[in-house]
Amino acid sequence: MATRPPSLLALFRAFVSIGLASFGGGLTAWVRREVVQRQGWLDDKQFLSGYALSQLVPGATNVNLAVFIGTEMRGLTGAIACFCGLTLPPLLINLVCGAIYIGMHGMPGGAHLSLALTGMGAIAIGMNLGTGISLARRASWHAASALIAIGVAVSIGVFGFPLLHVLPVMLPVSLLVAVWRARS
Amino acid sequence: MLSLLAFGGGAGVVPDMERAAVDSYHWMTAKEFLDFFAIARAVPGPGSMIAVLIGMRAAGLLGSMVAFVAMFAPSCFIVFFVAKGWNRAANKPWRAVVEQALTPVAIGMTFAAGLALARANDSGLIAVALTAASTLAFAFTAINPIWLLTAGAAVLLVTGG
Repeated sequence: MATRPPSLLALFRAFVSIGLASFGGGLTAWVRREVVQRQGWLDDKQFLSGYALSQLVPGATNVNLAVFIGTEMRGLTGAIACFCGLTLPPLLINLVCGAIYIGMHGMPGGAHLSLALTGMGAIAIGMNLGTGISLARRASWHAASALIAIGVAVSIGVFGFPLLHVLPVMLPVSLLVAVWRARS
Repeated sequence: MLSLLAFGGGAGVVPDMERAAVDSYHWMTAKEFLDFFAIARAVPGPGSMIAVLIGMRAAGLLGSMVAFVAMFAPSCFIVFFVAKGWNRAANKPWRAVVEQALTPVAIGMTFAAGLALARANDSGLIAVALTAASTLAFAFTAINPIWLLTAGAAVLLVTGG
């Protein structure tokens, strides 16, 4: 991690580029690519903690994550810089598109748009899965933590249990394992 | 309009939004809601921006601003204080332990999010193949994802789904 925190402008610009690049979802993948891999502001462990905490707080996870990272880097002003960077350009674009839509009572080129969206959506899902693989390859594993990760992925991703039912079970288990391993 | 305050959630609350905006408040038709959903996904940025579009349809520019603040302000406040506390604990031993505990859970969650979306996105073999290809490309190469996204859109436009 850098010894000197990044400037507000650097934070703002990083999140502007994240916000504008993330077509069709896949925001988490973009955030890790920029903040961990390109800028080196956080390592994977810090990023993952922030991601988990952002999921635990209600609201849009990726916006939460931006605020979390901004606070970690530069406190309140950092949080504001990241939040504005991530949300303001997309806000303007949404307002313009929304106004056009409402003004025209319909969407021009709707069929093509939805096809293109399906394609980008499929890619964005892969970006999230690819991020998971890349994170998993770099983490240090033992049997218990691997079981916990698989348990979370399968119970939510395959069986469709709500996050808020799975985490109250898995988090304490994971904590117990971590405490036990820290002692021994 | 204040009922938008009750929203505050990620992609999981979209059905609740639809119920509120279409059924309870009659701000729009179901078709319009679907189109808004598509627009919010088509433009870059967080998908939760759909709240802004709903607000605009319901009460114009002012409505969209109210929706924006209502959507993001509460959770941002909470995260800010969580992050503050987290930061303050930077050198405490318990934070290292909690980080250790959060890591496998968070990795599991990234897979869970991808898998859940993949299951919901049942748009045929081509989409599944695209997802698989982009998973591998993103995990094992340094390719700029913009090219992947462009290719994904192009493939479906050319094959017609």
